[in-house]
Amino acid sequence: MVAGSSPAGPTTSHTTIHLVTENTPRKAWTEAFGSSSLRQVPFTTMSGIPLEAVYGEEGSEMPGVYPYTRGPYASMYRSKLWTMRMFAGFGTATDTNERFREIIRSGGDGLSTAFDMPTLMGLDSDHPMSLGEVGRCGVAIDSLADMKDLFAGIDLGGITTSMTINSPAAPILAMFVAQAETAGVPRKVLGGTLQNDILKEYQAQKEFVFPPRQSMRLVRDTIAFTANEMPKWHSISISGYHIREAGSTAAEELAFTIANGFAYVELALQAGLPIDSFAPRLSFFFNAHIDFFEEIAKYRAARRIWARWLKERYGATSERSLQLRFHTQTAGVSLTAQQPEVNIVRTAIEALAGVLGGTQSLHTNSMDEAMALPTERAARIALRTQQVIANETNVTAVADPLGGSWYVEELTNEMERRAEEIFADIEAFGNGSMLDGCINGIEENWFQSRIADSAYDLERKFNSGERIIVGVSHFLEGNDEDEIDLLRITNEDEQKQRRRLEAVRASRNSTAVAESLAVLETEAADPEINLMPALINASNAQATVGEMMKSMGTVFGRHIEVPTI
Amino acid sequence: MTLRVLVAKIGLDGHDRGIKIVARLLRDAGMEVIYTGLFQTPDTVASAAIDEDVDVIGLSMLSGAHMTLAPLVVEALRSRGSSIPVVVGGIVPRQDIPLLKAAGISEVLGPGAPGTAVVDTIRAAANAQ
Repeated sequence: MVAGSSPAGPTTSHTTIHLVTENTPRKAWTEAFGSSSLRQVPFTTMSGIPLEAVYGEEGSEMPGVYPYTRGPYASMYRSKLWTMRMFAGFGTATDTNERFREIIRSGGDGLSTAFDMPTLMGLDSDHPMSLGEVGRCGVAIDSLADMKDLFAGIDLGGITTSMTINSPAAPILAMFVAQAETAGVPRKVLGGTLQNDILKEYQAQKEFVFPPRQSMRLVRDTIAFTANEMPKWHSISISGYHIREAGSTAAEELAFTIANGFAYVELALQAGLPIDSFAPRLSFFFNAHIDFFEEIAKYRAARRIWARWLKERYGATSERSLQLRFHTQTAGVSLTAQQPEVNIVRTAIEALAGVLGGTQSLHTNSMDEAMALPTERAARIALRTQQVIANETNVTAVADPLGGSWYVEELTNEMERRAEEIFADIEAFGNGSMLDGCINGIEENWFQSRIADSAYDLERKFNSGERIIVGVSHFLEGNDEDEIDLLRITNEDEQKQRRRLEAVRASRNSTAVAESLAVLETEAADPEINLMPALINASNAQATVGEMMKSMGTVFGRHIEVPTI
Repeated sequence: MTLRVLVAKIGLDGHDRGIKIVARLLRDAGMEVIYTGLFQTPDTVASAAIDEDVDVIGLSMLSGAHMTLAPLVVEALRSRGSSIPVVVGGIVPRQDIPLLKAAGISEVLGPGAPGTAVVDTIRAAANAQ
């Protein structure tokens, strides 16, 4: 057993052996733990048994110590709970601003913005393809005026903001910076995360616009810009969530996501950025599905793989570069439309897996999300679920409580082994380059087919009865009774947003807009130029997301996926 | 006779897990399946369905745009003189089902519909013609 806050004394034979080594995991842990500040809560069980900060045999791996299988930090939740970051967005910016404020009032401590389909695809609300989609799946953002309404009354220097946006990530980041600076908050103090993970869009979520290599140029520009000017900002959230939701297995989610991470690392290295200048700002985003222990093993394996590859292959030396930190969202696909209240239970179990796996931030889905965006009430219950785990269960007292379990350790090793097999395939596609491997794999439909195959395998197991879903395949009593209130987005929001955009177009200086877009287009044609300054300039001129994307698209072209079943 | 089915994604929603599963289920049930690919419009779907002479169209919808876009597919077909039945599957709240049917949609498959129900519904829609 390892003492919580006191250094391990040389009192046992185990310790004596380990003193031969300069820096044992325990010694490293003790030093790191000693310099951590702790939350002022009792670290005992309900009946008063004192709890160590971590448990483990002498010489075994420790949290906060390379390769970080057991957690990125020595003190984990004893110092800081995960960020309860609830994803929200619907209707107009004003509607979503109200929901943001409600989240902050309810004790949520990070914001996470969901954009609607047109914004995700880089189209304005008045584009013909936007018909019926405005404000439905998230908030509609066309111009700086919307960004201003979205964060009205919220101190962007005092809360971290995550934005789930990919193809138009660079214009949206530019607009966010422009809005914050208009409100008097300098870019260097802005904290938050841009999802900006374009590779998984081609592989899984399919909200792509430009071809892969052109998109990667924008990713490079955002990494370089934030590394230089936004020290508190996470430039990418490398996301397995959507890969899993699209149907991959847990091992594929793990491997594809981390491989994409390697691709972004190679991209930035090629651009001449030193590894430790940007790697600390890369973050991850994983799914928490319903297979409890497999999920926990996945997170543990992810940390170990990332630390090893960053150190051994990419030469990172900063500890922050090696420590994989991640956000978790419970699995949307595990929710059922039947007996929706049961989803609260599923979500709680999945959230607990995220916490036992050491997540840094967490979104819990609402019970109604198999049918619609969540109502305020359903979203509050989802947040309360996290608060119960954080404040009532005492699972936060001890770091990596499942470490050392024969089962979990074996599953962690197996996850790592399977991921390494997949890395070898991807590396072969790229002739030794993970960056080329990921892009070639996308262009050859390899990732997409593999995900579709896994999705269909699972579907057949549900259809054959090999796997059970409560309320869907079994235990159907009550299915007809359950009607819960759903959030309805009306066409009125779409009309409202179109009128708003029309007003912006009418009131802005159209010469300034045209000039800023012309500069953007010219600079897009020169791959040596970082496009972020031109995008910020265009945002300030009140150019729309659609206009910026169109200007870049003139140079970049479009990606068309070959449809395959 | 082998049924021919066109499965389509309309609008901006790229979530294609459901449509690919449905396409494979129908194919494994012996049907000929044509998949349009992403980002189609009501007009492109109607034209493709008529050109391919399919028996049924399956629309997969997640983003909440079903009430706007699905009826436009029916309209686009009818305006071309086609009576090909349209089945909608995906994230559709229960109270929208009667409204979709009133707009000419033959059947709606909600979340959790088992594979057999998908196959049976497509067959029934084709046979009702």
